[in-house]
Amino acid sequence: MTATTTAVEGAEAGPAGRDRDRPAAWRSRLYRWDLRYSPYAFVAPFFAFFAAFGLFPLLYTGWASLHRVELTAPDRMVWVGAHNYLRLLDNDFFWNALRNTVTIGVLSTVPQLLMALGLAHLLHYRLRAATFWRVALLTPYATSVAAATLVFVLLYGRDYGLVNWALGTLGVGPVDWQNGTWSSRCAVSSIVIWRWTGYNALIYLAAMQAVPDELYESAALDGASRGRQFLHITVPALRPTILFTVVVSTIGATQLFGEPLLFGGAGGQKGGASHQFQTLGLYLYEQGWFYYHLGRASAVAWSMFLLLLLVAAVNVLIARRLRKDR
Amino acid sequence: MPPRAGRPLRAGPVGYAVLALFTAGSLFPLVWTAVAASRYNARLARTPPPLWFGDRLGENLGTAWSDANMGLALFNTTLVAGTVALGTVLFCTIAGFAFAKLRFRLKNVLLSLTVGTMMVPPQLSVVPLFMVVAGLGWTDRLQTVVLPTLVSAFGVFFMRQYLVEALPTELIEAARTDGASSWRVVWHIVFPVARPAMAVLGMLSFVQAWNDFFWPVIALTQENPTVQVALTGLGRGYVPDQAVVMAGALLGTLPLLLAFALFGRQIVGGIMRGAVKG
Repeated sequence: MTATTTAVEGAEAGPAGRDRDRPAAWRSRLYRWDLRYSPYAFVAPFFAFFAAFGLFPLLYTGWASLHRVELTAPDRMVWVGAHNYLRLLDNDFFWNALRNTVTIGVLSTVPQLLMALGLAHLLHYRLRAATFWRVALLTPYATSVAAATLVFVLLYGRDYGLVNWALGTLGVGPVDWQNGTWSSRCAVSSIVIWRWTGYNALIYLAAMQAVPDELYESAALDGASRGRQFLHITVPALRPTILFTVVVSTIGATQLFGEPLLFGGAGGQKGGASHQFQTLGLYLYEQGWFYYHLGRASAVAWSMFLLLLLVAAVNVLIARRLRKDR
Repeated sequence: MPPRAGRPLRAGPVGYAVLALFTAGSLFPLVWTAVAASRYNARLARTPPPLWFGDRLGENLGTAWSDANMGLALFNTTLVAGTVALGTVLFCTIAGFAFAKLRFRLKNVLLSLTVGTMMVPPQLSVVPLFMVVAGLGWTDRLQTVVLPTLVSAFGVFFMRQYLVEALPTELIEAARTDGASSWRVVWHIVFPVARPAMAVLGMLSFVQAWNDFFWPVIALTQENPTVQVALTGLGRGYVPDQAVVMAGALLGTLPLLLAFALFGRQIVGGIMRGAVKG
């Protein structure tokens, strides 16, 4: 609040002194213009950038998806109508990528959010060195997709990887984390889980701290155990936050790209030898930048967009159902 | 922050043990990156894998710096992430202020539009952006990765939520009565009040821009890479020496880890504050 007070004093002294000698009429007209139009000036940069780099590309991608466009000559567009979409519906690799996106999305989101919830519960206890735990659990968030995936590729190496060595000492394996169908999907998901669990735990923790303490106190008086308090007070109070993280994680899962790309090594855009972890993001990249079909890549992009809208609609429905239940 | 009265109980030994386990899991891959980066490549192809540091860290970091272009990549990324953070903070603060405290037509429509755009993924814009960049001959120029990320819908929303509560409307009215122009109000009142939130948004945008992946990988080549583009080159076999690859990953992550060590508390606070309001 101290910063605020000094700021006002500065503002009061500044303009009043300097502007006084200007003609009053001119000044008041300027003042009215300023009052009316400056809000637009304040939001203008944001919307200018949004229009140029968000809205225009979104619509133009839709337009391009109705054309044949080659990467080698991006200014030559030939109208083909719904052809690109029909080819997608007819293409096994597209359906494969769609299935993989959903599968890996579930494999990475569900354990991630459950663990985050548990971690948040622990972080909510009175802890020694509370800040240390929070920062340490957030460090994976500071690690880029690329750096994280490069390390996990080595850790998951079939012959000399640390994971298989550790499993070997337990008498399990070796597992072919790169070429196996489900093992590779689990490995890719584990990178996502590693990067985002701490972040989500902090979000849940923030929501838990907003739950009134009296609820816990009265529950404790009624003899409810910690576990019961967690299930019957914490989780219901966190519903909106949980829904929020589900939405954000689902959006992230739909776009999954960097992890499978780099996990696949040199031919990463294929998503594994038998495309077993090729996501829609990778499929788009392969169509556009390896087969040079920008039109088809645009169609994949719009399919992803439709998928997201579908997910959003489902989430809205669930949210409404939850609200009715209460 | 002193523990509030009635706050849940002290953690027991089991709680600490589980926390320690997850913390170890969070930190281990990073520590092991350094372990692998300090070894000979041949050592990484033997069982059991190395679990402690070797003596090759300096050499491998040097090779990654020069051969894998990490030096140029770090310089480029610092420039890009710094510009993006500055632009995001500036543009999102003034837009957030307008949405929080000023009256204008279409305000609510524009605000819901802003929130709606948070959902649109980058995949939906790469094809046209790539066509435009190719047309302008901007391949490999840094502005191609700066401009599309210079504002963020999340940032506008974040600043609005902060200013709605932190900025007393009477303050603005008082300054108005004294004849202060809108820009003066922004400079002398909004910016000072918003400073903590601006710092958080700046840090979050910096981290995000530093780690931005999809569009840079498409728009830039190994000739003039950002860190993520250079690391992608490493992952696709640009350099066959795995120890050097790990050294590159370490170099590309260290600046952010350093920032976390210094400002961890603020970053954690920012994420938690954003969560409650958002």
